[in-house]
Amino acid sequence: MSDEFQIKNLNAFYGSKQALKNINLDISEKTITALIGPSGCGKSTFIRCLNRMNDLVKSFHLEGDILYQGTDLYSGKWDVIDIRDKIGMVFQKPNPFPKSIRENITFGLKIRGMKDRNILEHITEQSLKKAAIWDEVKDRLNDHALSLSGGQQQRLCIARTLAVQPQVILFDEPCSALDPISTAKIEELMLEIKKDFTIIIVTHNMQQAARVSDQSGFFLLGELIEMGKTQDIFTNPHDKRTEDYITGRFG
Amino acid sequence: MDRHFDDELKELQQDVLKMGIMAEEAIVDSIQALEKKNKNLALKIIADDRKVDEWELRIEEKCVDLLALHQPMAIDLRFITTAMKLNGELERIADLSVDIAQRVLQLADKPLLKPLIDIPKLSKIAQEMVRQSIEAFVHRDIALAKKVIFSDAQADELRNRVQEELINDYMSKDMTTVPRAVPLLLIARHLERICDHATNIAEDVIYMVGAKVVKHHPEELK
Repeated sequence: MSDEFQIKNLNAFYGSKQALKNINLDISEKTITALIGPSGCGKSTFIRCLNRMNDLVKSFHLEGDILYQGTDLYSGKWDVIDIRDKIGMVFQKPNPFPKSIRENITFGLKIRGMKDRNILEHITEQSLKKAAIWDEVKDRLNDHALSLSGGQQQRLCIARTLAVQPQVILFDEPCSALDPISTAKIEELMLEIKKDFTIIIVTHNMQQAARVSDQSGFFLLGELIEMGKTQDIFTNPHDKRTEDYITGRFG
Repeated sequence: MDRHFDDELKELQQDVLKMGIMAEEAIVDSIQALEKKNKNLALKIIADDRKVDEWELRIEEKCVDLLALHQPMAIDLRFITTAMKLNGELERIADLSVDIAQRVLQLADKPLLKPLIDIPKLSKIAQEMVRQSIEAFVHRDIALAKKVIFSDAQADELRNRVQEELINDYMSKDMTTVPRAVPLLLIARHLERICDHATNIAEDVIYMVGAKVVKHHPEELK
């Protein structure tokens, strides 16, 4: 299994405030990596570095290397739009476009010049199927996306991400606004699609991290305290700070 | 940060400790009943087993509640799952004391085949192993748990000695001794099984404290 990402000596700053401190980490392809830690510990900053979302923040700057498939993500070799095609992101709050269900899926493809109606239909169906929402929406593809429930909207956003055929999907607390049934569906979906995608998930729900991920990392005050096999992190963490956090003794 | 959960874990530890004390008392009483041919004490052990069974269910329920309500991780998870396993081992130890008490009832009206020498020694080892295994659990003491595991060989040796003596010196020479020899053979076997359960407890304690699996991996004890 080869590395999707190799992160070397990563330091990130918002102005003079250091948000990430010397992060070193490899992420293998077609695995699920969970990042846990208290609010403000840097985990979201970290995943936003992986598809250059932080480029939009003026005061942000970064030191160190993030190699994506062996090439420096921040070198001139990558176009930011291409990066976001290959490294998709699903956010905490479902954010479908204020358009129909169908248009949510085809929008990204159309702005990339895809016009063939048959191909668009095919990708729409496949993406919705992969996101485990096809059966619920197949008869109402022209309905407004906002008519869907929160859980359905989130799966639609995942389908929208899948439609542009990324290689990596970043999930930033994707279930925090969802009920347990919708959460379970998204978790099932992650386990299902991991055979085709590399998944990195930021979550505050430790049971979720334990259930879905292959490896887990614990962030605290901008540092990656511990990274390891999920089973080890949740049954026998090596660092006392990790143990205190996951057992709720923190603070 | 103080957690309400910690109080519940302490309570669980106290419950397991209480179960350990009941199991150890049952062993002590069963051998006393044998030595004194005390049928009443044997009957009391059999009757008291119901209390141990009730306690077992209570601990099991508490463990399931803690798992379901707190979804514990790391040391908390290992502590609760170990408590569940200890609970089962201690209940079996109490059952084996009941088995000994039943053998005592068979022997009580007959003259003893021979003076009891090795069986009381084996019983002492069993009591010690059970007590130390529970102490190791309460104090998270890996060294004490290892001591328990290493004591098991001594128990096996004594059991073999009792067995050989009863078979070679009595049963094979005089068939009429069989009704008095077989219960003694079984008692030695029950005591040796108690030592095995104490060993299991010690192995579970080592996992709980250090997340190291020594069960079926004796090389890990070095």
